[in-house]
Parts: sequence; structure tokens; C-alpha cells
Amino acid sequence: MKKAFLKTVSIFRTVTPILTAILLLINLLHPLLQDYYQKWFTGNYLLDPLIGAVAGSISFGIPITSYIAGGELLQKGVSLLAVTAFIMAWTTVGIVMIPLESSILGKRFALARNLVNFLLALCVAMCTVATLKLLP
Amino acid sequence: MKNNQKKSEKKIGGNAKFLFLVIFIYGMTALFNPALVIEALHGFVMMLEKVIPILAFVFVILMTVNLFLKPAYIGKLLGAESGAKGWAYAVVAGMLISGPPYILFPLMREFKENGARNSLLAVFLYNRNVKIQFIPAMILYFGMKYTVILSIYIILFSLAGGKLTEYFAGPE
Repeated sequence: MKKAFLKTVSIFRTVTPILTAILLLINLLHPLLQDYYQKWFTGNYLLDPLIGAVAGSISFGIPITSYIAGGELLQKGVSLLAVTAFIMAWTTVGIVMIPLESSILGKRFALARNLVNFLLALCVAMCTVATLKLLP
Repeated sequence: MKNNQKKSEKKIGGNAKFLFLVIFIYGMTALFNPALVIEALHGFVMMLEKVIPILAFVFVILMTVNLFLKPAYIGKLLGAESGAKGWAYAVVAGMLISGPPYILFPLMREFKENGARNSLLAVFLYNRNVKIQFIPAMILYFGMKYTVILSIYIILFSLAGGKLTEYFAGPE
């Protein structure tokens, strides 16, 4: 029991400083980012999904926030492809979280997972929009 | 044992440096935009209020895992020999377990140290996107057809993501 307790304390000792740093960073960047999403999109059908994925990768928050932001972007005329890439990257890629993820799960895992998820965000967006077009 | 302790102390030192760097960034920002820093600190405190109870819960879960779950069992569920069942467990667990990733990472590490495959951890984290409680909100914004198609693709691509992550990061 004592061994399990000490092991858990040791994990939390490692995680606490970086978790605090990440939460501080998130709260500092969030107000700066949230007003600028719409301005990043160009209207270019090929470039916008990439911009959406980048914007989603540097954003953070619960998935529902990305739906709200995505819904607003859609209403402002941003393509569904770009919005889907944005939502997917928001929920699967976390550039701000990479130091924390590296510290806990290893640098290679964190970098590989985020890079793969960034590319998959684009793939999922393309497949979803293509499938929607095919269906009646 | 001593080596592990040294490694852990080194990691804490590195993490503390990162924290000091962020505090320094706050200090510099406060010089130019104090209102932004106040807003950020307010948000940080509000976030902490939400995170601390969840962290306490994670602490209890981690301790329970350390106490009762034997490495061999975790290996059997999520390790190299878990097979198709391991992938299915990772998909379902990812959909069912709530919480931000930074809360789940310590638990993931515990599983990893006990033999869980990188691919299955990646699949678990990817499927956090298919959240039953968020589906109504997604339907509201994007419609039923979109939500169903996207959810299916998330599950399918999570498997590809797991394989690719393992290819680049190694199996364990």
C-alpha cells in the first residue's frame, strides 16, 4: 500500500510543474487566439484545410468548444473541409501539450502521435466531406 | 533503483525550468499588457478549480492500478499479445473515458510502463473524440449525417493512427 502510494506521489511530483506551466500557457494564449480564427482563412479551397489543421493544432479546450468555433466559421463562409480539419486537429493534436506529453509518455511517442494526427486530421476531413457529397 | 531516482529528479528539474520559463513569459507580458495577464490568471484559477478534483480522482485510480493491476494483466489487455481485443478495448475505452488529455497522460504512462503498446495508447487518445455526451452538440451544429460519418471515420482512422504512431515511435 505504501509502495503504491509513494509511486503515485512520485508520478505527480514529475507531472505537477509541467502541468501547471501548460495550464498557465493555455490561459495566456487562449484570449489571443480565439478572436483571430476567422482572419486566418483565405477562401482558398486547398489552402484553408491546412490552415484549419494548423489553427486546430495550436488551439485547446474541450471538443464542444471546437464545434462552436467551427460552427461560427462555417456560418462566416469557411469551407466544411477546412472546418472539419480544424475540429479534428483541435481534438487530436496538441502542440502546446507536447512538452507535457513528452515528459510523461516520451518524446518520440508525443512527436509521432501529434504529427500522425495532424496528417490524419486532413485525411478524415477529406473523407468525411467526400462521403457527404456522395450520399443523397 | 538509484538510476531511476536520478532520472526522475532530472525530469522534475527540467519540468521546473519550463514552469519558470512560463512564469517569465507572464512577467514580460505583464509589462506590456497587464490586463491580459490578469485575464489569464483568472482563467488559470478557474481551470484549477475544475482540474484539482479530477486530479484527486486520477490519483486514486493510479494508486488502485499500482495496487491491484499486475503488469502481466495490463500486458494481456493492452500489450503485444492482446491482439484484436486490445484494439477493441482501446477504441471503446477512449470513447467512454472523459477528461482532458493532460489528466489522462499519467494513467497512460502507468499502462505503458506495465507493457501497453504505443499503438493502443494512441488509439485510446484518438477515440476521446467520439464522446457520447458531445454528440447532440455536434448534431446541432453540423447535422446528423455529418456527425455519424465523422464518428465512423474517427474510429477507422484511429486504427491507422495507432499503427503509424507505433511505426514512428516504436512498439513500447
